[in-house]
Amino acid sequence: MSYRILEKKVLIPGQTTLLVVDAPHVAKHAKPGNFVILRTSDKGERIPLTIADCDPEAGTVSIVFLVVGKSTAELNTFEEGMSLPDFCGPLGKPTHIEKQGTVICVGGGTGVAAMHHIAKGHAAMGNQVVAIIGARNKDLLLFCSELGSFCPEVLVATDDGSVGHKGFVTEVLKQRLDEDKNISEVVAIGPVPMMEAVAKVTKPYGVKTTVSLNAIMVDGIGMCGACRCTVGGETKFACVDGPEFDGHTVDFAELRMRLGQFRPQEQESMALFQHKCKCAEGK
Amino acid sequence: MSESSLKAAKRPRTDMPTQPPMERIRNYLEVALGYTEADAMAEAGRCIQCKKPLCRKGCPVEIDIKGFIGQLQKGDLPGAYKVLRDYNSLPAVCGRVCPQETQCEGECILGKNPEKTGGPVAIGRLERYVADTFAARLAAGDSACIQLTGEAACRMERPELRVACIGGGPASLTVAGYLAALGIKVTVYEALHEVGGVLVYGIPEFRLPKDIVRREIDAMKALGVEFKTNWVGGKAITVQELFEEGYKAVFIGVGAGLPQFLKVPGENSIGVFSANEYLTRVNLGRAYDFPNHDTPIFKADNVAVIGAGNVAMDAARTALRLGAKTVSIVYRRTKDEMPARHEELEHAIEEGVVLRCLCGPMECLADENKRLTGLKVQKMCLGEPDASGRRRPVAIEGETEVIPVELAVIAVGTRPNPILLEATKGLKLNKWGYIEADAETGETSIHNVFAGGDIVTGAATVISAMGAGRKSAKEIAKRLLGMDL
Ligand SMILES: Cc1cc2nc3c(=O)[nH]c(=O)nc-3n(C[C@H](O)[C@H](O)[C@H](O)COP(=O)(O)OP(=O)(O)OC[C@H]3O[C@@H](n4cnc5c(N)ncnc54)[C@H](O)[C@@H]3O)c2cc1C
Ligand SMILES: Cc1cc2nc3c(=O)[nH]c(=O)nc-3n(C[C@H](O)[C@H](O)[C@H](O)COP(=O)(O)OP(=O)(O)OC[C@H]3O[C@@H](n4cnc5c(N)ncnc54)[C@H](O)[C@@H]3O)c2cc1C
Ligand code: SF4
Ligand code: FES
Repeated sequence: MSYRILEKKVLIPGQTTLLVVDAPHVAKHAKPGNFVILRTSDKGERIPLTIADCDPEAGTVSIVFLVVGKSTAELNTFEEGMSLPDFCGPLGKPTHIEKQGTVICVGGGTGVAAMHHIAKGHAAMGNQVVAIIGARNKDLLLFCSELGSFCPEVLVATDDGSVGHKGFVTEVLKQRLDEDKNISEVVAIGPVPMMEAVAKVTKPYGVKTTVSLNAIMVDGIGMCGACRCTVGGETKFACVDGPEFDGHTVDFAELRMRLGQFRPQEQESMALFQHKCKCAEGK
Repeated sequence: MSESSLKAAKRPRTDMPTQPPMERIRNYLEVALGYTEADAMAEAGRCIQCKKPLCRKGCPVEIDIKGFIGQLQKGDLPGAYKVLRDYNSLPAVCGRVCPQETQCEGECILGKNPEKTGGPVAIGRLERYVADTFAARLAAGDSACIQLTGEAACRMERPELRVACIGGGPASLTVAGYLAALGIKVTVYEALHEVGGVLVYGIPEFRLPKDIVRREIDAMKALGVEFKTNWVGGKAITVQELFEEGYKAVFIGVGAGLPQFLKVPGENSIGVFSANEYLTRVNLGRAYDFPNHDTPIFKADNVAVIGAGNVAMDAARTALRLGAKTVSIVYRRTKDEMPARHEELEHAIEEGVVLRCLCGPMECLADENKRLTGLKVQKMCLGEPDASGRRRPVAIEGETEVIPVELAVIAVGTRPNPILLEATKGLKLNKWGYIEADAETGETSIHNVFAGGDIVTGAATVISAMGAGRKSAKEIAKRLLGMDL
């Protein structure tokens, strides 16, 4: 069985890409917060990617990825009409969504894509969703208009101030929390330092804060423990107990260290891949 | 025992040719090379064809061992294969991985007085010989049926009779092969990207070449079994949906794959792995062939493996092959209590694995970057026997030691994976979280839903998983075809 790519959209050239994949059984069961594990070849590594959107009727699942190493670089070479050999999902516990009032969804970088699906879920439940998204500059902002279609408020922060607030999403978040005391939950998805910073900001306000942990995974179904994280002093498996956890109790320092476990091998793998690409181009 | 039969048996067991230890730790190829025809005939000749064969009682699925060895003595290889296949769906696998010393060979009459008789008949090695040689002699045009059953032709396909298996390990594969040979259409849903269960992701290539598992799976495919990989039961499809889609019965064989950790400080340090992760990266991910394959593996000069079962031996020997200079097995009890197969333990020692017995892990020590630097252990001694009859390890107050290692692999057992179980309403579990299944049929608390293998018994053996699969397959065939098998 293979999984055809029905649509490819380059969101940021050379960096971020959206793929719409034909996978009816995944689409049928996918909920916000779920992820898939895919491989790019029969020699590929199993890599997890969050489900950014799904269409059960059409039987499609969207993923958005940032090119950071060999597997994502190889994934970026796939074009419309080509098929992925492996695409497994939906995995992980879905986001806990209940009717609760106003929810702030914070997304940074590629994390905005994953956050989009969760925000959509909250909106569908009837919650008031405030989206806060950030990027280095306005050209790198993702899902701004999509979020605008169901969020009454989309607040933007860019490092260079090319659009929205000049600075970090956490500053916008803090201001919003100061203005409005009725926020029932903050959801933050993005790079680890961003999620950690968000959790730090919300802590004094006592607002429930959910983060999604992108630990290194192998099987994604709880059989290896590669993805273990410390949450509230206990070891949890991000793939089956999460990936979403209470941001105020996550040991982010440990997560950061563990994410670097295989750095030398990752660099070796990427260098080899780039070398092969160059050779293929005749350079 | 008559005079002549004693003479036949007096020769010692025929040795298994192996790759020399110092050579084999530099490759990932199979260690035991298999009997030649002459070896096999010599060893088969040792069997005295007992009137009341004890070996059979030692076999969890009561293979007619005397029967298959008898056929071999007569030079009838297809006949020997047919006998094995009547009981065992995976003889090439079981011949390699069964703990024969505690099963058939442990009961064999010739083992009762080894000085006089030369020791028990090497039943496992003969089983492997028959399965491998039979498969090697199959011609391209031979039907898959003969490989799966030893019989020339299987039944006509009955596409309206559909059965689903969840999990693709030995339990499910047995169900699939058995039912397919009866013409029933089977679909296997496997969560990982390859089928085979532990045979593929756990047991290393040097002990069980993956081609052997593939050969079985290819034969099943040829008989119409459909394999759906990357499908997680309970996530991508539920048991109820399977029935809605028209399946008449469902077999659950999802194994007991959830790794247990030690719950000691420092266990999440970089360099501490569960055996499942370590072995899955290497075997399923082919990390021994990195960067040719993409999955990376953590390399270290000094390695400790905690535990002393087959899983621990596999991890220790894998670490050696990945270039480790010292590999220790750290175990609370002594060598005599080690649960691993004899052969694996012997092979591990030959290859240079150090046994550190009577050591209980206390803490994983790490540097400021959270990288493992050592394993602190509590020295133990053996005290009074516990409920299992084994002498209980007792801590020697104040005596600890630090084993300097950069990689620690934890192989202290597994638990059931709850994903499918939690998603299946009405499925009754026992107090340890395993599925409750009828001892005779394998049926669970849900009508026409069966279960077998590690998900029912807890981590056990390939042969017991296979035996359970066979029981359920017979019951399913009986219900679907109305036949008593
Ligand atoms: C639940 C989950 C959801 C994710 N969702 C997304 C997403 O929607 N979009 C996106 O761009 N990225 C996502 N990621 C991260 C993505 O999986 C990694 O970027 C990817 O695996 C990197 O592979 P690579 O070979 O390209 O890079 P590599 O060079 O191999 O690795 C780069 C970095 O990625 C991380 N990484 C490497 N291998 C894995 C692995 N097997 N599992 C997890 N992380 C790994 C490590 O921190 C590593 O340092 C998610 C991760 C998790 C756990
Ligand atoms: C490293 C290692 C070495 C071993 N060595 C030996 C040995 O030498 N001799 C011996 O007899 N036994 C050995 N064993 C034990 C033996 O392998 C097991 O007892 C046997 O494989 C159990 O078979 P099973 O079919 O019940 O499950 P498994 O082999 O565990 O297969 C279960 C399958 O189900 C899949 N699965 C899990 N959840 C789901 C889901 N929700 N949906 C779909 N699929 C799912 C898994 O991915 C897996 O492929 C060893 C085990 C290990 C781990
Ligand atoms: S007990 Fe030993 S000698 Fe007797 S039939 Fe069985 S294998 Fe042969
Ligand atoms: S990825 Fe293996 S347990 Fe989570």
